Amino acid sequence: MPLHTDRGYESQLGQLRAHLLEMGGLVEDQIAQAIRCLTERDRALAGVTIERDHTVNRLDVEIDDLSLKLLALHQPAARDLRLITTALKITTDLERIGDLATHIAERAVELASEPPFTPCVDIPAMASLASSMVHRSLDAFVREDVELALGVCSSDDEIDKLHAELFRNLLTIMGKDPRSISSTMRQLFISKYLERIGDHATNIAEMVIFMVKGRSIRHLDTVPREL
Amino acid sequence: MTRGSYRRRMLVERIMFGATIMAAAGTLSVLFFLLGYLAYQGGSSLSLSFFTHLPTPVGESGGGMANAIVGSMKLLVCGALVGIPVGFLGGIYLAEYGRGPVASSVRFAADVLNGVPSIVLGVTVYGLVVLPMGHFSTVAGGVALGLIMIPVTLRATEEFLRLVPDSLREASLALGAPQWVTIVRVVIPAGLRGIVAGILLSLARVSGETAPLLFTAFSNRYWSTGWLNPTASLPVMIFTYAIAPYDDWHRQAWAAALTLLALVLGANVLARVVLRRGIALGRAS
Amino acid sequence: MEVSPSTTPAFDARVKIAVRGLNVHYGDNHALTDVSLDIPECRVTALIGPSGCGKSTFLRCLNRMNDHIRGVRIEGSITIDGEDCYGADVGPVVLRRRVGMVFQKSNPFPKSIFENVAFGPRIHGVRDTVALREVVERSLRQSALWEEVEDRLGSSALDLSGGQQQRLCIARALAVEPEVLLMDEPASALDPIATAKIEELIQELKRDYTIVIVTHNMQQAARVSDYTAYFYLGQLIEFGSTDLLFTNPSRRETEDYITGRFG
Repeated sequence: MPLHTDRGYESQLGQLRAHLLEMGGLVEDQIAQAIRCLTERDRALAGVTIERDHTVNRLDVEIDDLSLKLLALHQPAARDLRLITTALKITTDLERIGDLATHIAERAVELASEPPFTPCVDIPAMASLASSMVHRSLDAFVREDVELALGVCSSDDEIDKLHAELFRNLLTIMGKDPRSISSTMRQLFISKYLERIGDHATNIAEMVIFMVKGRSIRHLDTVPREL
Repeated sequence: MTRGSYRRRMLVERIMFGATIMAAAGTLSVLFFLLGYLAYQGGSSLSLSFFTHLPTPVGESGGGMANAIVGSMKLLVCGALVGIPVGFLGGIYLAEYGRGPVASSVRFAADVLNGVPSIVLGVTVYGLVVLPMGHFSTVAGGVALGLIMIPVTLRATEEFLRLVPDSLREASLALGAPQWVTIVRVVIPAGLRGIVAGILLSLARVSGETAPLLFTAFSNRYWSTGWLNPTASLPVMIFTYAIAPYDDWHRQAWAAALTLLALVLGANVLARVVLRRGIALGRAS
Repeated sequence: MEVSPSTTPAFDARVKIAVRGLNVHYGDNHALTDVSLDIPECRVTALIGPSGCGKSTFLRCLNRMNDHIRGVRIEGSITIDGEDCYGADVGPVVLRRRVGMVFQKSNPFPKSIFENVAFGPRIHGVRDTVALREVVERSLRQSALWEEVEDRLGSSALDLSGGQQQRLCIARALAVEPEVLLMDEPASALDPIATAKIEELIQELKRDYTIVIVTHNMQQAARVSDYTAYFYLGQLIEFGSTDLLFTNPSRRETEDYITGRFG
């Protein structure tokens, strides 16, 4: 594809992409650290995760400003317009993912101060799936890969199922042993957060599809096989 | 730049400037001298009788050139009737329709006609009109003057019609006007002031033509009635009186010269006024 | 290049002008190649594209203004309401009563405001002064100029400002009661406020007239039109509804142009 004749505009669009990827990278790190925090019971890591959030929030604001400027000054159309509106929406999802990772870290800290327990097997599995969904959705954005994005949308069903199963298991455990309620509840929250991360990653993937194809599949009951 | 060379350049600048001023002054002073001389010589000879009396027999004083003045007017009217329609319509053709070899030939013919000496035109009209009629006449004089007017009028019409911007023609055509309507109702009205100015100038030019009139309208010491009789005219009278040995006639010749000059000057000023009023209409937006 | 079914939009209106296989040559220059297009009734259709792409040539074919250019050769068919515009029995004079035109640089006649607007009806035979005055008032109201000039209809049209002159030219075109109004970059010589007034006017006029507008200002095309056609190097590249063309065009060439990727 040829470059924009206006080189300044071209470079600003590049900047927008770069900011988004930087934000995505930070958020992915946050998720990874939050999970390690949980499995290794490392309180120090939690602090780092929470610190990261400030950078993520700053990037959120910068991307909003840059997008607004591009809209006002350049009257973008077609693919450029879809890129910018996608950027605006993705930052919201990324920023929420960052917040959720922070919450996971906080719950992990709380769990670390309690006696060790057998964590549910499912949580690391959910965590790795959620992390993979975020990673793939950002890859789809960079590569403008609709197939990859559709894959993320299907993964959402899987993560929802995992969460439902975990919910039932945790309820059973709570019923059997009331002393375990506080740790169980915390694990339930973590599961919920991971499921929400999956939802946000799916949003990102849907926006990528809109950006590439110009068609929105958001809020459709079934994901179309072909676009 | 060093001070020395700067001063040298300024000196040259001032010398050249002075030389230009003097040349302009010289030219203008020659012009004003001529006009002044004419005015002085003619003014002292102007009198009411000059404008109202007929020429008197040799030796008698109190004669005038009333018949020559009227004769010149009649000749101009006749010439205008011949020259203006042909020139005007020809100019329209060249400006609006003329493309290709036909138009180029018409333009060439007009330029040639413009360059033909007026005496040659006079002799031609003598052969074509005077001989068949058997006598000199106002009509013949008018035809000769008309022929001289044709190329001037044609060129003026063509030039001023070309000055009318094409955007006006397009606007008219886009409204569904056929081409001739566009020409008559848009182009000509827009270019009219220039055309009128051109016609006034061509009238001014032929009013002083002498040579062709010698063979066509000839002269007349009395009132010329109708259009088929020879007529006196100011230029011919100047010619006749100036080379005669009578002082009184010389004075009358000066008066006639001044009158002609006033006519030409008047026509030029009028032409300018007409043109300027045309430009003054409407401000630039 | 035929307009393929996937790029012809489904109109929510009748087809007013149908163009099929239009080819225009100026001497050796092949200005338009195989253009086929439908212009919908009572909508605004914009023609966009870089300089020299043929959009003005196309526009001028619709009212046969190209007939006046020496060495022009026009092939193909253009029909209005099914009637052939280039038929042997249809002269350009008759056609131009139905298809009016407004030009890039306003070109009022050096006459009074009244005479300018009355020119069209006059040459088509209207003599009655009362009828003429009615036509003039109606046309000036339609072009949103009446209130500014009603007390000086006898003054020279050249005394008006640029924006007013252009609205006067629109009134003049409307006075002959055309069905179609062609506008060749009507606001390109005007300041933003005058431009906005003209664009507003176009939105009102489209209730009664079919409008085809050529513009090199893409944002104007986006603001003003219902359908947009993109021309490039004498060919019609894409034709579709404006909102779709500017958010998700079908052709890569169209997208490159509207996003400023001129290569």
